[in-house]
Amino acid sequence: MSALLEVRGVSRFFGGLAALSDVSFSLEQGEILGLIGPNGAGKTTMFNCVNGFYPPSRGEVFFKGERISGLKPYQICQRGMARTFQVVRPLQRMSTLDNVVASAFLRAKSRHAAVEKAEEILKFTNLWEVRDMLSKGLPLGLRKRLEIARALATEPELLLLDEACAGLNPSELDESIAIIRRIKERGITIMIIEHHMKVIMSISDRIVVLNYGQKLAEGTPEQISRNPQVIEAYLGEGE
Amino acid sequence: MQRYAPLAVAALLALVPFLGLSSYLMHIFILVIMWAIIGMAWNLLGGFTGLVSFGHAAFFGLGAYCAAIVYHHFAWSGWWGLPLSVVVVALFSLVMGFVVLRLRGPYFNLSTLAIGEVLRVTAQNLDKLTQGDLGILLSQRTWTEKQNYYWVVLLLALGTYYAVKALVGSRRGYYFVAIREDQDAAESLGINTTLNKTISLTVSGVLTGIAGAFYFNYMGYIDPKVVFDLPGISILAIMIVMVGGAATLTGPLVGSVIMVLLAEWVRSIPKLGAAHMSVFGVLLILMIIFLPNGLVGDFGKIRKLFRRKEAA
Repeated sequence: MSALLEVRGVSRFFGGLAALSDVSFSLEQGEILGLIGPNGAGKTTMFNCVNGFYPPSRGEVFFKGERISGLKPYQICQRGMARTFQVVRPLQRMSTLDNVVASAFLRAKSRHAAVEKAEEILKFTNLWEVRDMLSKGLPLGLRKRLEIARALATEPELLLLDEACAGLNPSELDESIAIIRRIKERGITIMIIEHHMKVIMSISDRIVVLNYGQKLAEGTPEQISRNPQVIEAYLGEGE
Repeated sequence: MQRYAPLAVAALLALVPFLGLSSYLMHIFILVIMWAIIGMAWNLLGGFTGLVSFGHAAFFGLGAYCAAIVYHHFAWSGWWGLPLSVVVVALFSLVMGFVVLRLRGPYFNLSTLAIGEVLRVTAQNLDKLTQGDLGILLSQRTWTEKQNYYWVVLLLALGTYYAVKALVGSRRGYYFVAIREDQDAAESLGINTTLNKTISLTVSGVLTGIAGAFYFNYMGYIDPKVVFDLPGISILAIMIVMVGGAATLTGPLVGSVIMVLLAEWVRSIPKLGAAHMSVFGVLLILMIIFLPNGLVGDFGKIRKLFRRKEAA
């Protein structure tokens, strides 16, 4: 069985700085892969390389067996990959519903179908009550969830979640975790960046650890939590 | 009901020539409606898609010169300029879009400003084609009475209104607004931003160009300084939309009534008249501070203000 997403030796340089150097990993259909690492480790850069915002300086990305590095974000999205942003970017002067409708149009044939799809997604993500609010008026927790809803409306096979849980209060956190699990049940593969260890350890099937742009470790949450290199990267060297 | 409201308004407006208004008043009506077309066109690009152009005179002038050149060089009727301007301005918009739509924010704005000016200077210097600053004069206008021009421009405006309305209400409309709100987010949601920005620019340009072609036939004379004018065309188009309400369907209509009347009125005031652009400038600043969404967009705010006064 071939991997849904395959990252092969990807490097990305900004001037002289190597934000990513020679990172490889792959994602199997149906799993949740956690991407963790200290600040500045290159996690978001990896997302940007995968979803097409930056072409990798070196290396290649394959999605469903097709080479996608070099394609534009909209082309990659059309092939079935959606993402959310770390800093939420709702379409501010649009209602919550319209935000989701705008992205549902990608697959919907008509306006009616797009609205129907959007309504289903809003119910799925518990945003139905705020569907008529302008998205700039939503509290952070809901805006984070709107990011997920919008991405789901494009009917992705692979969903990239960039800190979808950061800054949430405990009850919002539980709700978001439940939604992420339900997304997995729909058969959607997920790659998630998350700082919240409780979240990442409880939902990930596998974890890839980045540090200074390099892959430090890869394994199950069990293995990662016992890996001495990972502990060192996070907590610093012992005396 | 609401669906037929624009048709009803147009039907009422079509009766205006039977009121026996003076030639000057008919002229004002024609100008208001012509500017409404330009306002609606600018609004599609600037209001809905968020690409603020300072160079719509480029499209207006190009359309006007299409009409003038077929008349002057080929001795065709100037009205052939209308269909011709559609083709010429569409091609021009595609080329222009290929260059300027790569730029974002202020760089885009400045590049449109430059294009408007470049076209003016070009028209001033291409003597053989445009007669330069001498301009092109239509020796005989099609009609001596104003009413036929009025009906033509009214029909063009109605067509423009429905074209913009259909576009904004469709999938494209959602894409345009998504691009305005966040281009990167739109791109990552599967929206081909380059294609959609090009569509918005081209439709906006073509509609403005048609208004320009009409202008030549109506006024009977154009020169580069008039039709490629930065304050007189490009800035006025922005003012109309800002005053009326950006990203609203009726904003440009309200805006053009106010701006054309205001321009006529201020110009008639002795001494101050020459400074009418300064008056517009002050008005624009006040609008941005107090009614950033224009009269139509901030209608609720205005109504509240009056309600409070009544209660007090």
